[in-house]
Amino acid sequence: MNLASQADSAAGARTVNEVLAQSQVLPVIDELERDLIGLAPVKSRIRDIAALLVIDKLRANLGLAAASGAVAPSLHMSFTGNPGTGKTTVAMRMAQILHRLGYSRKGHLVAVTRDDLVGQYIGHTAPKTKEVLKKAMGGVLFIDEAYYLYRPENERDYGQEAIEILLQVMENQRDDLVVILAGYKDRMDTFFRSNPGMSSRIAHHLDFPDYPAGDLLRIADMMLQQQNYRFGAGARAAFEEYLVRRIAQPHFANARSVRNALDRARLRQASRLFAEKSREFTSEDLSTISESDIRASRVFHDDATKPRPEGV
Amino acid sequence: MMTNHGRRITQGQFSFLPDLTDEQITKQLEYALRNNYAVGIEYTDDPHPRNTYWEMYGNPMFDLKDPAGILLEINSCRKTFPSHYIRVTAFDSTRGVESPRMSFIVNRPATEPGFGLARQEADGRQIRYRISSYATDKPEGERY
Repeated sequence: MNLASQADSAAGARTVNEVLAQSQVLPVIDELERDLIGLAPVKSRIRDIAALLVIDKLRANLGLAAASGAVAPSLHMSFTGNPGTGKTTVAMRMAQILHRLGYSRKGHLVAVTRDDLVGQYIGHTAPKTKEVLKKAMGGVLFIDEAYYLYRPENERDYGQEAIEILLQVMENQRDDLVVILAGYKDRMDTFFRSNPGMSSRIAHHLDFPDYPAGDLLRIADMMLQQQNYRFGAGARAAFEEYLVRRIAQPHFANARSVRNALDRARLRQASRLFAEKSREFTSEDLSTISESDIRASRVFHDDATKPRPEGV
Repeated sequence: MMTNHGRRITQGQFSFLPDLTDEQITKQLEYALRNNYAVGIEYTDDPHPRNTYWEMYGNPMFDLKDPAGILLEINSCRKTFPSHYIRVTAFDSTRGVESPRMSFIVNRPATEPGFGLARQEADGRQIRYRISSYATDKPEGERY
């Protein structure tokens, strides 16, 4: 049924441009290019996948589809990378791209973790997993920190049951749902090694590199712009210095740490302005993060080698 | 009576039509989901028209986006109860409605023996009628 509707949506297209025009996929890729800073290897993989899907469509129009005909290409993916490298964001875009190309009927993203899939007692896991799978049908199921599903230290762990149900659906309902597994690189590798069935059903492994400080600074610019803030004189340089120090510290979560740092800078800006009870503020005052707001961070004062939890 | 000439019970939507194909069921479910109805699957082996409350197969399904998940449940219900009546109901929770909007049969036994009509003579030669499915003469679970 899915394939039939796909065929309709790009029926008769003979050139790449025709498929692109019919599927509206280019705007999403352009947006991806524009909105996501860095991530060059990820973007090029996504372009490759999109190209493959477009060509597949052209082949289908000429009757060149694979011999198995009705079987959609395997689109399950694994996103590996450190926290805050954009795995969830890219998954959301991926859902849109697959939707535009007709490989996903609804194009929504259902993001879950172990708790949403695995039950607490015998017989609890299967209904829970199925419930989630049913919600994700027609879209993309994004399993964050997927390696938690498999706990080798406890052989009676119910995670295994969830994995088996997942595998079955990943195999049998490929045109109903795309599964994306995400997590840290090394732990995902261990997970795939101990679950060869899972590994072999995933066609695309995308590795998300850490951002260099320059990219993080551009991300900060973009985040501020989206919230109608801007860096004041010297603040941008101070933030760059902040990033260099912060990256060296433990628990650095890339773009997420940048967002948190900016949120705290906004907090300090607010209390700085709040102290001036009788002053009349211009919109410039209200939207400028000053250098002192950044410099007040503890990252500049403490011994930089001391480990501390995220969020200070 | 309650059976038409095809000897099939006619309850709910589309029951005078040939059985819906999976594709047609999907289209109906698509409509239900578009209207934010909660879809439930129910089964019974007692086709009496006044048997309103059928057994639920699993929980009603909320927050679904796509009929594929419901079709999955329908098929697993068909596997569990291959010769029961299975129907799909779509519940509309809009305030003031709060009742099923759609209900149609998606699975029925291979042979449906139909209903017998029994007459009872009551006070003053008044006649009372009672119908019962021939299938329900047998105990539960052995009816079809």
